[in-house]
Formats: sequence, C-alpha cells, structure tokens
Amino acid sequence: MLDKEGIAKRIAKEVKNNTYVNLGIGIPTLVANYLHEGINVCFQSENGLLGVGPFPKEYAVDPDVINAGKQTITALPGASSFDSAMSFGMIHSKKIDLTILGAMEVSENGDIANWKIPGKMVKGMGGAMDLVASAKHIIVAMQHVNKAGESKLLAKCDLPLTGKNCVKRIVTELAVIDIAPEGGFILIERAPGVSIEEIKNATAGKLLISGDIPEMAL
Amino acid sequence: MIYKLVTDAATAVADITDGSTIMLGGFGLCGIPENCIQAILEKGTTNLTCISNNAGVDDFGIGLLLQQKRVKKMISSYVGENEEFERQLLSGELEVELIPQGTLAFRCMAAGYGMPAIFTPAGVGTEVAIGKESRIFDGKEYLLETAFNADFAIVKAWKGDTDGNLIFKSTARNFNPLMAMAGKITIAEVEELVEPGILDPDQIHTPGIYVHRIFEGKNYEKRIEKRTTSK
Repeated sequence: MLDKEGIAKRIAKEVKNNTYVNLGIGIPTLVANYLHEGINVCFQSENGLLGVGPFPKEYAVDPDVINAGKQTITALPGASSFDSAMSFGMIHSKKIDLTILGAMEVSENGDIANWKIPGKMVKGMGGAMDLVASAKHIIVAMQHVNKAGESKLLAKCDLPLTGKNCVKRIVTELAVIDIAPEGGFILIERAPGVSIEEIKNATAGKLLISGDIPEMAL
Repeated sequence: MIYKLVTDAATAVADITDGSTIMLGGFGLCGIPENCIQAILEKGTTNLTCISNNAGVDDFGIGLLLQQKRVKKMISSYVGENEEFERQLLSGELEVELIPQGTLAFRCMAAGYGMPAIFTPAGVGTEVAIGKESRIFDGKEYLLETAFNADFAIVKAWKGDTDGNLIFKSTARNFNPLMAMAGKITIAEVEELVEPGILDPDQIHTPGIYVHRIFEGKNYEKRIEKRTTSK
C-alpha cells in the first residue's frame, strides 16, 4: 500500500518530457518533487503563472507570488504571469498537456466529483470544472476509500459532479486504474504488497481484470 | 487628460450605496483592494452583491464584510478557508452562486469587451448547467454564460498613474485587470502612484480609459494565507 508520497511518486512516472502540466491541491502538488531526471516540465498555476518554481527560502517570500493553493512560491527563470482570463484561455484552448487533481468520487465512466457535499461542505469548484472540461489528459490522485471506509470508485457518483466522462487514469494507494471507453475500471497495476482481492473489495464500481496484473515499479 | 485622482479610499467608495453590485479583484488574499474594503466596512454599506473569486478569510479581505453581515449575495468560485462564510451559507443567511473560475474570468472579460455572453465547456453535465442554454460546436457541448453587470469594480494594482494606467505584479494580477475593464465605475487603489509619463506605455496592463478613480493606498498588510518555504 502507498502513502501520499508514494502516490505522487507513481504519478510522476506519467509526466512526459517537454510538457505543460497543471497540478491540483494536495497529493498532486507533491508530484513535482518526484519528476524523473531529464524530464523537462513547465508547471501552470491557474491563478496566473507559468513556470512555477519551488517554495521560496524564508527571506524570499513574496505575498504577491502564490500558487492556486494560495501557498507562497517562486517563479522560475522564463516564467510568465497573466490574468485569469488568459490563464483559463490556455486551459480551454488545450495548451495544457496534463492535469493532475484530487477527487472525492470517480465513476466507472470517468465522471468526477470533488467540489461539494450537499448540506455539509461547500468549498466551490475553483478552476476544477474548467480543467476537467478541457484537459487533454486527466489523472486523478486520491485515496481508494473515504474516511468512512467507503469506496470512492463507484458505478455512478453520488456527489454533485465536477465533470462528465473526463477522467482517464486514477492512481490510489492500492492501484493504477484506467477508465474503459465503454465504462468500467481497468486494473493496470497493484501497489506493492496489495492483492487483487483487496483492490476488488475497495472498488464499488465494475473492476475489469485481465491477465496478470503487475506490481507498480516506483 | 481626464482627472481621476481621488484623495483616499473613503472618497473613492463614497457613492457605493446599499444594495450595489461590486466586483473585487484578488485571488485568495493576493492582490485584494485592502484599502477600499476597509473603507466600505467603515462607511457601513450593506446588502451588497459581491463578485470575487474568493470570500477572504474570517478576519481579512471580504471576510470582514461577511462578519458584519454586509453581504447579501456572493458570486465566487472557491470559498473554503472561511468558517463564517460556510456557516452563513449552510444556514441560508447568505445567498451564494458558485461558478467555475474560468467562467468568472470570462464573464468579466465579456463585460470588458462589450460582449453580451461567452460559451464555455466548464460545468457541462453538472448542476452549474441547470437552466442554462447550451450549444454544440464541433461535437462538444458548451454553456452560454452572460457578461457580468456590476455597478462598481474595485481593483488593486502595483503601480498606477493619475491618468488611470495600471501595472500589476506577478500573481497579484489575477482578476484585477479583467474586473477593471468590467465595472460601470472602476476604482483602482495602487501601491505606488506616479505622474503620467513615468510608466512605459508598452508595460501598461490596464489602459487608463477603464479606470475612473485612482488613489495611492496605505498600510498594505498583504497577508499570506499559506506561508510555505523551503530550507
């Protein structure tokens, strides 16, 4: 079973050379720490920065330079800043190659829910509805089950949707799973030490298993 | 040039009446018009409809207006990190319209460009789409979203001149130039105000025609929501 860092490490393998990538809040942010040697990536932050760098040293903190998670960051040499319309313009015109974000639920046809629990929690969608509507490739980073122990991989989402038919791949502490074009969760890899049985038990939607399922290489 | 300089925030917001619709620039607490928010708070203006990406935190930014129940309705994309907001929302005291961040930006942009509406794929198939006209282009569905119609836009810039030209800094730019273009009356507070001719015309983000009132703000706190550093 993987911890959050492990999920980020596995997703880092999905990031291709010379691409523009948008990272969501939480586990996705950690992905930047595990990029492989020689992988050249430009990170976009949808509040208006391309070329997001590491967190600043204490003496270099600038309240005017933050990421979409409102954390203080740095801008790398070659970075550019822009207004929010241009930021979402580059998202909707498909200039961003990969979007990695968290989710509360994903359905077997690739629907995603991550912005609202009616009557309980309302934080808003921020840029997520834009990103999932237009990203070329979407990877979800999340825990396989919620805090109550219920599966987050469902036949149909119970929570209000963020987007429909958009998720391509899911990486959890238990597995790497793809969304089948005709619907269903295709089991691609198991996390180290995790059995197919455990993944089956944690997946409420239709899990598709064919042949030997390899263990993740991290 | 047309005279735009006002003495301070109180003068700039003096005619914002109860029930007005105001846009406020900023993302989180980054690039928010701190001086004008304080002036509206002190003036006692209430029953406001606020269009702003976020709602501040409990004790700063728009959160200050929420604490005193001056806001009737918020139009935002993300409102986490604000307990009082969440309480007023769940109890029904506050009317809230949550819309995708890009939609918020494009609806400002549309207003600033004189376009009545835009089409966006954000929110298709979700509750955001309920009651909205949609159309298929090239096999993909888009929602029709209308331009905002705000009485006032209140923005914060890094530098400005007395002709209203504005320059923003880094991610403090965010919604500010878009809202500046979208308000019927636009009020700009700037960290540094200079005479015309000092700013390079090629570096101006918002041409002065969009700005009706400008003043140099004071005592910027620039509070950081999540101070994150590396060793």
